[in-house]
Amino acid sequence: MSALTFTLKQQLDQRVDMSPLVCQKLADLALTDIAALTLQNGKRNIRVDELFGITGSDTQNIVIKNSFGKLDFIGKELDGGCITVEGDAGAYLGLGMKSGEIQVSGDAGLYAACEMKKGLLKINGNAGDFLGAALPGNKMGMKGGTILVKGNVGERAGDHMRRGNILVEGNAGDYCGSRMTAGTIAVMGQTGRYLGFAMRRGTLLLWNQPQTSARFNDCGAHTLAFLPILFASFSQLDSRFADSSAAFSRVHRYAGDMSEMGRGEVLVKIG
Amino acid sequence: MIINGVVIDATFAEAFPMKATRAIITAQNEKWAMISAQAMTGFATSVIACGCEAGIERVLDPSETPDGRPGVSIMIFAMGGKGLAKQLETRAGQCVLTSPTSALFAGIDGGTRIALGKNLRYFGDGFQVAKLIDGKRYWRIPVMDGEFLTEATTGQVDAIGGGNFLVLAESQPQALAACEAAIEEMRKIPNVIMPFPGGVVRSGSKVGSKYAALGASTNDAFCPTLKGMTKTDLSPEIESVMEIVIDGLTKEDIAKVMRVGIQAVCDLGSKNGIKRISAGNYGGKLGPFHFHLQEIMA
Repeated sequence: MSALTFTLKQQLDQRVDMSPLVCQKLADLALTDIAALTLQNGKRNIRVDELFGITGSDTQNIVIKNSFGKLDFIGKELDGGCITVEGDAGAYLGLGMKSGEIQVSGDAGLYAACEMKKGLLKINGNAGDFLGAALPGNKMGMKGGTILVKGNVGERAGDHMRRGNILVEGNAGDYCGSRMTAGTIAVMGQTGRYLGFAMRRGTLLLWNQPQTSARFNDCGAHTLAFLPILFASFSQLDSRFADSSAAFSRVHRYAGDMSEMGRGEVLVKIG
Repeated sequence: MIINGVVIDATFAEAFPMKATRAIITAQNEKWAMISAQAMTGFATSVIACGCEAGIERVLDPSETPDGRPGVSIMIFAMGGKGLAKQLETRAGQCVLTSPTSALFAGIDGGTRIALGKNLRYFGDGFQVAKLIDGKRYWRIPVMDGEFLTEATTGQVDAIGGGNFLVLAESQPQALAACEAAIEEMRKIPNVIMPFPGGVVRSGSKVGSKYAALGASTNDAFCPTLKGMTKTDLSPEIESVMEIVIDGLTKEDIAKVMRVGIQAVCDLGSKNGIKRISAGNYGGKLGPFHFHLQEIMA
């Protein structure tokens, strides 16, 4: 059974809500029913087959070809199955994702993996602001699962994050890990200003020394036993994080944000 | 049945159901992992007075441990799940948390989950950190030598305790040498422990006593100094009897290790003073698991 493939016919001016095209919602539908579904496009509704050429039949393995940055809500609340996006994804990629896997070959927009609960979301390009964050006004961001970004991420990555892993091979923008409650954000590249702003608990694992901040207190250099276990858990990922040479256990520990409850930590690789 | 001049009695070892768990202790080196493991499994020879039976299962190579350091696998057996959980937590808190450079991990993934470091975290006084990695919850507890890392829970499974065999010899040194040879081979078998000192017990017991307060007393039928005073099971040439008691996860594990142990004893043979192999039972009334010696050695 070949993957259910949606090939975009043309790039539209208005944004498209792709949330109906997730594995669990298509599981019991015939191809004709899928073609007849409507998607919100700006202020009008548009039939799926008007927007996409449809081939294949495996609803648990969806491919979106020729994707571009105005296809929003791809994989919203995905609960099992796999979605592959060839091209860029719009905002709210994998919003509230419950399980399964999403892969994007290009970039992702704002709020990718926002309030994600479980599963794996992999972005081969860059991700926009508020990666793995909470929706505006909400208090709880990502609650589980793993986000892997091979490029850079925007501002406020992991805002209000509660559990899970955000792995960034590139750089992170300002306010990375802001208002974090728990979880782990690992950044191989550089981090921006206001790292861990108002973070309560959680771990920011860095390969490079961040800008110093009065809100974090120096706890000294340590060898931490949990780090080899954490790195071992990345071994199955198609990523530099899986490379055994990337692993380390010797870190400099900073505790903060001291203007909040101060139980969070920034761990910076030594050597 | 006679093997290498050693008579194998037509009798059986009687064993009973227990609850068991396994934990993995790692440390900076094998020496300190072993020190911690020995402390954790100390004073745990018999449920009669220790509350549990515990022992070191084997030494683990760094490649076999969760954190890639040298480790030791220990097992604890108790009559019930509640008692097991209490013993595990108490021993982990006093013997592993306190031991320099140690870390503690679950040794059984399935089964009923019982607390390993779940409650030890409170020692961290609010500074403890939880990490959920690959579906397993770990606690990082700040201690004076750095951080104590422990998995939150481990698995509790149904198990069997009280597998045993008796070595009857012409002298005490010969009985001990035979038991030492047996234990050396038996320690190579996984999923079992021999909880008594060095794996060997010289004070086998029978059920009951002339004293009402005692539930068990010396097994006078196998005491060589009482040959003329009691209904003895010993022939005149037997001067010393020692027992090896085994707890294991399954009936198959116990049968396998009994075979290995008895074979090691028989390999020494009658020329080394080993005359008989027998086993302890209570007429089949106490435990549902019967290990017939001659079937095991067939």
